[in-house]
Amino acid sequence: MAVNLRVKVHPVVLFQIADSYERRSMDNHRVIGTLVGSVDKQCVEVTNCFCIPHKEYEERVEADIDYAQDMFELNKKVAPQENLVGWFATGNEITSHSALIHDYYVRETKDPIHLTLDTTLVNGRMTMKAYVFVPLGVPGATSGSMFTPVPVQVVASEPEMAGLHLLHKTKYQKSRAVDPMPDLMKISESANEMELMLDALLKYVEAVLDGSVPADNAIGRTLWDLVQSVPKMDTVEFEKMLNSNLRDLLMVIYLSQLTKTQLQLNEKLSMVSVSNIREMGKVIQLD
Amino acid sequence: KIELVQIDGLVLMKLIKHCHEAERSGSLFVQGALLGLVSESRLEVTHCFPFMALGDDSQDDDEFQLTMLRRLRQMNIDHQQVGWYQSSQFANFLSLTLLESQFSYQTSIEESICLVFDTAKTAQGFVSLKAYRLTGETLKLVKEGDYSADNVKENNISYESLLTEVPIVIKNSYLMNALLLELQEQLPLQVGGSQFLDLGTSGTLETQLRVMMDSLDELNSECLKFNKHQQIVLKQIQEKNKYIQKRAQENKQRIDRKEDPLPAEDLNKLFKPIPPPSRMNPLILSGTIQNTSEEVSEFCSQSMAKLFITEPLQAAKASAASSSQ
Repeated sequence: MAVNLRVKVHPVVLFQIADSYERRSMDNHRVIGTLVGSVDKQCVEVTNCFCIPHKEYEERVEADIDYAQDMFELNKKVAPQENLVGWFATGNEITSHSALIHDYYVRETKDPIHLTLDTTLVNGRMTMKAYVFVPLGVPGATSGSMFTPVPVQVVASEPEMAGLHLLHKTKYQKSRAVDPMPDLMKISESANEMELMLDALLKYVEAVLDGSVPADNAIGRTLWDLVQSVPKMDTVEFEKMLNSNLRDLLMVIYLSQLTKTQLQLNEKLSMVSVSNIREMGKVIQLD
Repeated sequence: KIELVQIDGLVLMKLIKHCHEAERSGSLFVQGALLGLVSESRLEVTHCFPFMALGDDSQDDDEFQLTMLRRLRQMNIDHQQVGWYQSSQFANFLSLTLLESQFSYQTSIEESICLVFDTAKTAQGFVSLKAYRLTGETLKLVKEGDYSADNVKENNISYESLLTEVPIVIKNSYLMNALLLELQEQLPLQVGGSQFLDLGTSGTLETQLRVMMDSLDELNSECLKFNKHQQIVLKQIQEKNKYIQKRAQENKQRIDRKEDPLPAEDLNKLFKPIPPPSRMNPLILSGTIQNTSEEVSEFCSQSMAKLFITEPLQAAKASAASSSQ
């Protein structure tokens, strides 16, 4: 049993879990579902999930296994590289029912992980935890198993980060809505962010110079690297390079505008020749 | 009449996941269904699921979709299909199949949209999502199936009026906002910020321009075909004219000689009408080139902005160097 297992979760999975929780039927307090992804040595990467209908009673749990299998098959058709890696549940704690549900998943795959996402916001935060089911006990005596926490973190690829960037804006709007931004705005935003970061750095440096903040050698070295990373270049050379790049881009913009005008012309001329031919054809019929 | 498309944050993340995963495994065009509901003039997209890879049995496809919809309905997920999505690279999504698919969607469900997700642009960090619908004229054109130049002229269709764009808004629920706050702590946003200010833009520019050049070459050959056709038709008309005149003259001579005039012959049998080339391809190519050139302009303007940012950096460096000497 690899207890030094790491779990990596993609943001899509968390969004899906939260959405399933919002859509649960009135008599369920929590939702459960299957996690799919890939296992690579000591690391389990969860890339997708889907919710399954279930009901919890005092002594037992009812879950629609057909549904789970069906959805897994469908998912396999679209994403054949995703395997079953575990299951999730919303809520903050592990209940006795969790052991029962885990039992089922142990039959489906080797060493499934269990992920909990606290959508009820018990601690004022949406905590995410992952567990594996580890056997414990003294050899020879009664043995049991328990859920042991394993480290879990959220990872995102670059396109996912781009999506998240956009989604984060909804937090600060009253309507919780945001339009997709045009490119130039993104650039100006990034530039503003960079400016803020530079301001913070400058304040720190000035504070150190004043003596109010103790100087830290590590930070000093990183700052030095930062300043040195601007390539040393002759002003004239730099101007030449900048201007030639600018000219290239301006030329491309000009050419694309020209292309657009030409397209319009082409369209109009073809239509003109069509009506021309039609006119000539009409004249002949009259004869 | 749809004026706004509202997309859930979940749908955006699922789109990104599906389209980029597919791109990594090689397939360029992936498609999927959009589910949601319509409320007045607003179309809400609340869920989506991918379709199987194309080229398979279409019956399998239908079964897949039906099973998927049934299962999703059990989980209280909206099961009404409100459109479909397709991935694209740098605005090369326009094609006859797209128009025909959107036509079938729009005739069955009036408010459907086609969502185009640009994977190449998102890989650079700019989320590019556009919603399109067919205009009334295009609907008529596809229904008739007659893409000849005459019909296109009749309906006054130009490549710009093939599709209309609908504005998009992305919305999150309160729980999603809480999730985002949590994610912000775990995934600091600064991690992804540097790609926006990347100065190495020539590679992408070259790819885009190459795509544009290919489309232009195709459009050029289509134009030549069309022009040739026009010339042949013109010549045919002239020959018809000559023939009619000759006939008329001959008949006049015969009447003078008190003989019966020759019977009128079916002109169409003598001069077979030449089928005109379809105007659909040039329209689509023009539309694609239009989109690509707009993308290129936008890309260039943001590259220029980035170049201008480096100027003061260099100036500061130069002045620091000169002051330290």
